[in-house]
Amino acid sequence: MELTGATILLESLKKEGVDVVFGYPGGAVLDIYNELPRHEEIRHVLVRHEQGAVHAADGYARASGKVGVCLVTSGPGATNTVTGIATAYCDSIPLVVLTGQVPTPLIGNDAFQEVDIVGITRPCTKHNYLVKDITKLASTIKEAFYLARSGRPGPVLVDIPKDVQNQLCEFVYPDDIKMRSYNPTYKPNLNQLRRAVDHIMMAKRPLIFAGGGVITSNASAELGELARSLRIPVVGSLMGLGGFPGDDPLWLGMLGMHGTYAANKAVSNADVIIAAGARFDDRVTGKLSTFAPGAKIIHIDIDPTSIRKNVEVHVPVVGDCRHALAGIQEIVNTRMAEKDWQGVHGDWIRQVEEWRAAQPVTYIENGTLKPQKVVETIFELTKGEAIITTEVGQNQMWTAQFYKFRKPRTLLTSGGLGTMGYGLPAALGAQMAFPDRMVIDIAGDGSIQMNSQELMTAVCNRLPVKIVILNNGFLGMVRQWQELFYKRNYCNTCMDAQPDFVKLAEAYGASGYRVTEESQLESVLKEAFANPNTCIIDVHVEREENVYPMVPAGASLEEMLLV
Amino acid sequence: MRHLLSVLVENEPGVLSRVAGLFSGRGFNVDSLNVAPTLEEGVSLMTITTTGDDQIVEQIIKQLRKLVTVIKVVDFQDLAAVEREMALMKVYAEDSRRAEILRIADIFRCKVVDVSMNELTIEATGDHGKIEAIIALLTRFGIKEIARTGTVAMRRSMQPES
Ligand SMILES: Cc1cc2nc3c(=O)[nH]c(=O)nc-3n(C[C@H](O)[C@H](O)[C@H](O)COP(=O)(O)OP(=O)(O)OC[C@H]3O[C@@H](n4cnc5c(N)ncnc54)[C@H](O)[C@@H]3O)c2cc1C
Ligand SMILES: Cc1ncc(C[n+]2csc(CCOP(=O)(O)OP(=O)(O)O)c2C)c(N)n1
Ligand SMILES: [Mg+2]
Repeated sequence: MELTGATILLESLKKEGVDVVFGYPGGAVLDIYNELPRHEEIRHVLVRHEQGAVHAADGYARASGKVGVCLVTSGPGATNTVTGIATAYCDSIPLVVLTGQVPTPLIGNDAFQEVDIVGITRPCTKHNYLVKDITKLASTIKEAFYLARSGRPGPVLVDIPKDVQNQLCEFVYPDDIKMRSYNPTYKPNLNQLRRAVDHIMMAKRPLIFAGGGVITSNASAELGELARSLRIPVVGSLMGLGGFPGDDPLWLGMLGMHGTYAANKAVSNADVIIAAGARFDDRVTGKLSTFAPGAKIIHIDIDPTSIRKNVEVHVPVVGDCRHALAGIQEIVNTRMAEKDWQGVHGDWIRQVEEWRAAQPVTYIENGTLKPQKVVETIFELTKGEAIITTEVGQNQMWTAQFYKFRKPRTLLTSGGLGTMGYGLPAALGAQMAFPDRMVIDIAGDGSIQMNSQELMTAVCNRLPVKIVILNNGFLGMVRQWQELFYKRNYCNTCMDAQPDFVKLAEAYGASGYRVTEESQLESVLKEAFANPNTCIIDVHVEREENVYPMVPAGASLEEMLLV
Repeated sequence: MRHLLSVLVENEPGVLSRVAGLFSGRGFNVDSLNVAPTLEEGVSLMTITTTGDDQIVEQIIKQLRKLVTVIKVVDFQDLAAVEREMALMKVYAEDSRRAEILRIADIFRCKVVDVSMNELTIEATGDHGKIEAIIALLTRFGIKEIARTGTVAMRRSMQPES
């Protein structure tokens, strides 16, 4: 039977198992919206800004591991998605972004609400398409989902002109897909794995560095087994948090600019580093010439461009983390199952434990309400089981340091792009994926104002997300840099002119709470967490608290400023 | 170091801007770029000359391979290859200098493809170095206009044993 383009699109989404679409209508997608009510399997969440739709789809994807989907109109609808797409691109998150486009005969004529969104998003998507031919629609959707979720995942945009949505065509959804120009490598080369094991067996001071790729590839179990059976300490990037339990004795914490003393010391003194799914970002390495000076680096990554992009690698392993870590384990097991690894690495483990004990992440308690205390309390109340999203800045770093993430996909944060305004829409996306779990956005007072309109989306979809604002009346992270590196010239970072966040919550039909004293903190958080409504908890914290440790930009990892 | 890359791509709208955008967005150099269809329908060949140290060229090649529309990338650095480019040059050629210009053209096995009272248009074909040499020699007569192709290249049938 012949179907319209709009129907073909929705049928294709169902074939991909899509159960929720985050979107916002407009002229160029009216035909799709007109068709939508007839497809009950797909729930549509009407956001209040298209940026929110993309972050929500992104939060849904990060929490569930599935592809997030959003649908927006042409022109301004499409341009509003760009920050969200770039955010997902930088963190390798699988999304399919569907945009309406002006009818094909009008393309290129500066038609009403026409933008070249394929041109605009070319550098921040994994791939993108303009579908001009109705017979290509179904196969393009198939390809888009395949590209988004396979290999190194990423956002894929599909631009669909209005006339294509109306044309008729036989609907045939392809069963599988073959692209001669795209073939990600999952199974690593066996010789490289053997070489990796050669280095691991010789190592006296080995270290595992878990990156976001461990989360993507669901490799936590394999990573945990390797670390525990060989007694190798583990550090993680911001994106790797949760990939190894934050309460495991082998865990040293996050490395990098705001990493722990123990993690940065360990990297600087290791002789072999097994980096799994990490891209050696400058926030991680600090000054490159002094990064891990004594280490041979084994780098597992599914994307060859990540390898040797920033640091010299001794054993490149192109492939999926899970396959690679399991492969390494297997070779180790057959070569020397009985080895006393605790004995071999004992001195090194004692050394990293000394570092950890000497300088744990901490803060000075002085009777004021410290932001770190807020995160600690959230951790205790949720027993580390909540899904946490963050905004960007100090709130994000304190979350990384003081919430001991124990499971993968429990920290959703914009790492690569550092997008303020990410946390709230991402939280509601995660809540859509897991209606019964506790989802908390640990926010800053600045960031929350960038997408606070999504409170309405949360409330009207009965999504009980909790927004805990670490309210310091500053763009705190920028203020910290001004304090430390610009002689306290607090130019345009004081944000004490702000809305009454309790009233803001109430205006949207959410519940609002305020905490100004440490003594109220636990009881108010408990009450809010038990409240089935969307909640804002506005916590007035010490205004000029800094995030420590801190490695100044461009300095070596060992040059940490400590509390 | 100059590298010559041959890049086989799906010939679809936007493929050129994907490749060009990759070079500009990541700050890679493009010295020349040539695109033309191959014998296989839907597949085009781009020949790109670029410069960079080993680490950069390695990134360029990996980034090109990562583009979803790129089928294959070959670096001619490691291969015996024939490479050619062509230049058309309109040179000032009054009577007194015409003979000399023609002699140079002859030495370089160029063709004269257009003549007028005081100009000669010369077609030169050769590798990059040869074209640069002809240009250098003709400059003193005054090159009024020049149009150059990018480099194209082909792997030699016989590769030296390595
Ligand atoms: C204010 C601020 C401060 C920050 N401070 C820090 C800091 O102190 N420390 C820190 O670590 N980060 C910090 N970040 C985050 C930082 O900017 C980067 O986002 C982060 O370090 C990148 O993590 P990653 O290397 O694990 O890579 P990701 O961006 O998660 O990339 C994943 C890598 O894994 C690969 N991969 C994907 N899938 C697979 C698979 N299946 N198998 C194998 N490989 C795969 C990808 O190709 C990629 O190379 C900060 C960010 C902000 C905004
Ligand atoms: C969209 C966007 N604009 C600007 C920045 C630069 N920036 C990084 S952190 C920060 C301050 C964030 O302030 P707030 O949300 O209050 O968090 P705090 O650091 O105070 O916890 C700013 C402005 C950014 N990351 N994102
Ligand atoms: Mg703030």
